[in-house]
Amino acid sequence: MERATARIEHKESRREPGQLARLILSYAGLILLTLVFVAPLLWMLSTSFKTNLEATQLPPNWLPEKFTTEAYSTIFSTGESQTPVLRWFLNSIVAASAHTVLVLATASTAAYALARMNFPGRNFLFVAIITTLFIPQFVFLMPNYLIVDTLGWLDTLLAVIVPGAAGAFGVFFLRQFFLSMPHELEEAALVDGANRYQIFLRIILPLSKAPLATLAVLSFLVNWNDFLWPVYVLFSPENLTLPPGLSILQNAYSTDYAVVMAGGVVASIPVLLVFILAQKYVIQGVSRSGLKG
Amino acid sequence: MATQNVERTEAQPSPRKRFDVGGRKPSDASLLTPYVFMAPYLVLFGVFILVPVFYGLWISLHNWDYLLPGKPWVGLKNYVDLFTPGSTTYEPFWQSMEATGKFTLYSVPLLVLIPLLIALVLNREFLGRNFFRTMYFAPYVLGVAVIGILWRYLLDTNVGLVNYYLGQLGLPDNIPWTNELPWGWVALVGPTVWWTLGFNTVIYLAGLQDIDPALYDAAKVDGANRWRRFLHVTLPGLRPILVFVITVTILASANVFGQAYLITEGAPGDETQTAIMYLAEEGLRNFNMGSAAAMSYVLAFFLAVISVVNFVLIRYRED
Repeated sequence: MERATARIEHKESRREPGQLARLILSYAGLILLTLVFVAPLLWMLSTSFKTNLEATQLPPNWLPEKFTTEAYSTIFSTGESQTPVLRWFLNSIVAASAHTVLVLATASTAAYALARMNFPGRNFLFVAIITTLFIPQFVFLMPNYLIVDTLGWLDTLLAVIVPGAAGAFGVFFLRQFFLSMPHELEEAALVDGANRYQIFLRIILPLSKAPLATLAVLSFLVNWNDFLWPVYVLFSPENLTLPPGLSILQNAYSTDYAVVMAGGVVASIPVLLVFILAQKYVIQGVSRSGLKG
Repeated sequence: MATQNVERTEAQPSPRKRFDVGGRKPSDASLLTPYVFMAPYLVLFGVFILVPVFYGLWISLHNWDYLLPGKPWVGLKNYVDLFTPGSTTYEPFWQSMEATGKFTLYSVPLLVLIPLLIALVLNREFLGRNFFRTMYFAPYVLGVAVIGILWRYLLDTNVGLVNYYLGQLGLPDNIPWTNELPWGWVALVGPTVWWTLGFNTVIYLAGLQDIDPALYDAAKVDGANRWRRFLHVTLPGLRPILVFVITVTILASANVFGQAYLITEGAPGDETQTAIMYLAEEGLRNFNMGSAAAMSYVLAFFLAVISVVNFVLIRYRED
């Protein structure tokens, strides 16, 4: 931070007339680029409040001329429907939340054992788990479909909650963090007679809020957005999550863009909210995944 | 998305730091403790990762029709068919591989270069740079389903904004983006670049911030101009990150599915049907799971070769 201010002052002290023009041009470029990324999202939002007629009308109105929540009434209509968007929304919330809890619970305990305990088979297990990070996901499609079927989970939310939690990323990610914690923490507690479970719950977890939050946010986003797997393992209209649901919605309302965009808005709001509120964790998670490469 | 991690630091607890602190002998209970901690994850790992890897191979050696009671052993036939012109799977499989290959070829250079340029700009200190970073990253947090339906609308031939604004610029305003080639490729690559560019940008930014500022000062003292500093300080410092970005982007592109499923629906014909789309449809809609499983191993093998080549090239250059 200090370095930043120092540099700015340094720059300012030797600013020439041409530099102001360049500064304005740079900001113009940055703002134009911002529009490229944000405008399509605003267009989706705006369209969702239009009548279908206005949604397909050119030249386009960036603000609805006739503001209406018709599209939302259509997708939220209760009763028998092939496209119960509200139900999909609830399914997605349940699935992504349950998935996140499952990932946190299983990855944190396994990562703790791998990072802080010595036991026969530890290195073998660790290598086996890490190796599977390199296997592409699509290899698991056919066998996991059959396994999920055997478990009786096809067309249930369990199919989209549980198998994804087997991924090694969370274990790997948390293990890295646990390794960096000072050993004195545990030694003192062990001398005081605490057991491993108490240490894990009362010392390790409370000190790991940031990485746990990062993992939670990433798990939630990934599960919420997952598309391929739910497209094939969920089929009844009432059992879908939002992503496969949007695909159905697009087919059912192929010419009614207001309705399709309303569906898109419903699927976007939670993740955009999570992103805005937990931006630090999202960006940290992403950049850390790169730095370890 | 963030599953491509490579283990670097293999920190071993020193011998002193064992769990039998103070010479106290571990009881039977504490001997079991590590396994109790591992157990929940290991169950998931075993059922949904370890077993499937081998189960998938087993499936691929059978004529495994999910809907039929008998699943006769066919040995390597599913694999041989994929390499035998005239078999039922040969033509569509290689066409889908070609589609994935083309998509990868078109999108990877853009996704490696554009984010690098943006990261270089955002790496300078100016007011609001975090705001811009957030805005460029925003589309990435949305799912491919949202991206798909949104761009299908924007690229609509008759009512889409893209054609409308092209028309305003005096360009053709009736381009059939989603159902004719070569436009279909633009309709897949463009939205993908728009969607995932922020991810690579953030990774580059993290890498740029790791470069020692003293190196730039030293280069300046030596009279290096901005371009030379980029060439001799930034690029070498960024190499591991560059390799990571290229590898991850290739692998992600090879996995392309949702865009083709929602935007072009494989059209025209099956020309933009990607490999993953074909094998998923073949295995999970038509239930020819044996041959779909074989395809997944062939595709995985291709990706492994590409990754190894990548790795070898980089090691070679490091020496």
